[in-house]
Amino acid sequence: MALTFNPQLRSDGKLKHLLSTEGLPKHLIEGLLETADQFVSVGDREVKKVPILRGKSVFNLFFENSTRTRTTFEIAAKRLSADVINLNINASSTTKGESLLDTVDNLAAMNADMFVVRHAESGAAHLIAQHVKPGVAVINAGDGRHAHPTQGLLDMYTIRHYKTAFHNLTVAIVGDVLHSRVARSDIHALTTLGCPDVRVIGPKTLIPTEVARMGVSVFHDMARGLEGCDVVIMLRLQNERMNGALLPSAHEFFKSYGLTTEKLARAKPDAIVMHPGPMNRGVEIDSLVADGRQSVILPQVTFGIAVRMAVMATVVGA
Amino acid sequence: MNIQIQNGRLIDAAQSVDTVQSLFIADGKIAAFGVAPDNFTADRIIDATGKIVCPGLVDLSARLREPGSEHKATLESEMLAAVAGGVTSLVCPPDTDPVLDEPGLVEMLKRRADALHQARVYPLGALTVGLKGERLSEMAELTEAGCVGFFNANQPITDTNTLYRAMQYAATYGYVVWLRAEESHLANNGIAHDGEVATRLGLAGIPVSAETVMIATITTLMRDTGARVHLARLSSRLGVDLVRAAKADGLPISCDVGIHHLLLTDRDIGYFDSQYRFAPPLRNPADRDALSRGVIDGTIDAICSDHTPHDDDAKNVPFGEALPGSTGLELLLPLTLKWAAHATVPLPFALQKVSRDPARLLGVSAGSLCTGQPADICIFDPKAFWAVTSQTLRSQGKNSPYLRRELEGRVTHTLVNGKLVFQS
Amino acid sequence: MQLDAEHLVTELATRIGTLSDDTAVVGIHSGGVWVAQRLHQMLKAVPPMGTLAVTLHRDDFSRIGLHPQKKATDMPMNIDGRHILLVDDVLHTGRTLRAALNELFDFGRPASVKLAVLVDRGLRELPFAADYIGATMTLDASQELVLTNDNHHLRFDVRTRQLHKKTN
Repeated sequence: MALTFNPQLRSDGKLKHLLSTEGLPKHLIEGLLETADQFVSVGDREVKKVPILRGKSVFNLFFENSTRTRTTFEIAAKRLSADVINLNINASSTTKGESLLDTVDNLAAMNADMFVVRHAESGAAHLIAQHVKPGVAVINAGDGRHAHPTQGLLDMYTIRHYKTAFHNLTVAIVGDVLHSRVARSDIHALTTLGCPDVRVIGPKTLIPTEVARMGVSVFHDMARGLEGCDVVIMLRLQNERMNGALLPSAHEFFKSYGLTTEKLARAKPDAIVMHPGPMNRGVEIDSLVADGRQSVILPQVTFGIAVRMAVMATVVGA
Repeated sequence: MNIQIQNGRLIDAAQSVDTVQSLFIADGKIAAFGVAPDNFTADRIIDATGKIVCPGLVDLSARLREPGSEHKATLESEMLAAVAGGVTSLVCPPDTDPVLDEPGLVEMLKRRADALHQARVYPLGALTVGLKGERLSEMAELTEAGCVGFFNANQPITDTNTLYRAMQYAATYGYVVWLRAEESHLANNGIAHDGEVATRLGLAGIPVSAETVMIATITTLMRDTGARVHLARLSSRLGVDLVRAAKADGLPISCDVGIHHLLLTDRDIGYFDSQYRFAPPLRNPADRDALSRGVIDGTIDAICSDHTPHDDDAKNVPFGEALPGSTGLELLLPLTLKWAAHATVPLPFALQKVSRDPARLLGVSAGSLCTGQPADICIFDPKAFWAVTSQTLRSQGKNSPYLRRELEGRVTHTLVNGKLVFQS
Repeated sequence: MQLDAEHLVTELATRIGTLSDDTAVVGIHSGGVWVAQRLHQMLKAVPPMGTLAVTLHRDDFSRIGLHPQKKATDMPMNIDGRHILLVDDVLHTGRTLRAALNELFDFGRPASVKLAVLVDRGLRELPFAADYIGATMTLDASQELVLTNDNHHLRFDVRTRQLHKKTN
């Protein structure tokens, strides 16, 4: 893709919005991770707050329900001392009357400084970012199957924390890659950071067309795919996809692609196991692995807040 | 009224004419060219120096939005857009609201369009009642009311038996069945070509097999039923290959392509630009080039605008919620010229693909400058640049990938039935 | 112009004298931390030592934005009820100190805070005064005093900067 214009960046190269990990320069991703370092310890203080976003209004605009993601953004914004307004707008109310951009205009009129947007349609955050006036930042908290860049960054933070560098890593992303915005954001971030071997593993029905063009190799045999891996990222399998034309059953999926201790043994002994949550135990991951020594699933959550703080502080400062 | 068009470069593929000479019009018909007929006195002389004089364009798909979607466009606005784009005959698909499945609706549309004295309107009747893909429409009645063929527009006929019967019934009378080549289960509510771009952007994909499976179904049923079929809007290389093979087998099949599919690909979607959402979807560069070759080798019979005017609300939404299509009547000519330049196709051939060939396909007397033919004429300045903006477009639909871009080639005069109906 | 800062550290340590057992040393990044490490050693203070990276509390954040950096706040002890010796290299406008105090109090409520600086260069914009000072200097507003740690040897560089760029 020869796209020179990047809607996330200002003309001087600073981050204006965070819409996708794709197209973010390496130094910018590294800068966000370093900034997050400063925020990790804020959660341990007696007063879990720094005054960076004091007086700023952050609107959590969730067109798709996700208590978990919304809460982590809320905590991040509050630790930066912002005023946080949560709006859960279910899709039916927007189709009835107000359009997405009307909603945004209305909130912008209340002097919003930042929108954190979750929407079921790919590209929704881009649309809003194009629409808001200068000085208002948009953070994509998940758009359709497209991107979930803060999850991608927190995954990178976690990998960097445990593995230090990216240039010698083998990372496997396992499961429903087709519908996963997390997978896409991880792939772009990993390839940008110089990870030489990114693999996607899953049945053909859950691997998107021409995904190899994103710089990954495709495996359908999980044991082979996990061979020698340093990092294993498991993806969530949505309930509605477990029985139907894509998969016969959750049971059969678990047999072939669920992460068990036996399958994990094919990876390196010090491999870490990640999952964006919420987990389906016994579907994509066995409890023994999820709660095991190699699991870094809970640290991911902790780092997630620091990474989101770093993103918010960076786009508001820009 | 006698009109003399002088000093223009006359291009008429039907007669292999491409010279600078005068054209004489009398009684609404082409009277002569080169030398004035006896006793000809021009009431009006149009100086076409530096311009091209060609048959008026025949567009195989233009949505006029009436009845039912007047917030998107009106008959008045779109009929003006047609002649402003040099289009003198157009086919309108039946996906109005209510759909064109009743003779009364068709008659009213014809009557209202005729009263405007602009382009000639050829409606397609709904192939099934309400386009629901269930009950056959009254094809004979609708033909009497003025329909030139039957189409289910973008609505699928999911039951293959219904499709089979519809083709069989149409074949009884020799009517042409128009069909979109898209198998709806495989398309599966997709919104973009199933490939690298859709994967990267996380857009649900429509595989090429949705097109090829449908063409295979249609051609198989054609052999059984003897129906004549026109495939509307091909999109893929493999689709073109199947049609080429069907034609080689002698099947009575024809097809068209939308002009945007000869110029654009899914790469152009960029960052979710909803102006690039089309039905069928823009596919990859190899598909686009194969469509272009298909036009050149005659597999694809005609190029159309697939004019689909929308209001802003239809496009100012996330890509997946945006409605497909672009305004096209005023862009058909400049985009065809752009394609001709890009594909290094001789100008007369390119113009033939938007005039003589679609006219032949419809079986109407248009698309040529032969003596005695109705004088439906387009005069354009091939070197004039113009910016596509919401101000310059006459169509009420301002939706276009070419918005805020400059195109070369602008219509200066349009004549229908020997009458000057548009002058810039 | 360069100044040897090593003897200023010794001077400052002499002036502070001895530290009580319940005093914790806290340095302000970057220069203040180097000085605090020296003082911590020389005065045989009770470990651990704390550090403050005041970027997150600065009052000019909305003007200059956030820059990624490796230095971070680290407060590995409970400061509730403790006496704090806050250490910085240069006392100038007082704005860094304001940010440092705000940040310090996010970790608890100390019994007292005393301030030790290597150099007081004047031109205060906020009402602060140091308890212990290595040296007092009069510098022009356009001059900048920068402490560098050159292979464990501390020295001051006096640089002339463009005015109106930033205030510390």
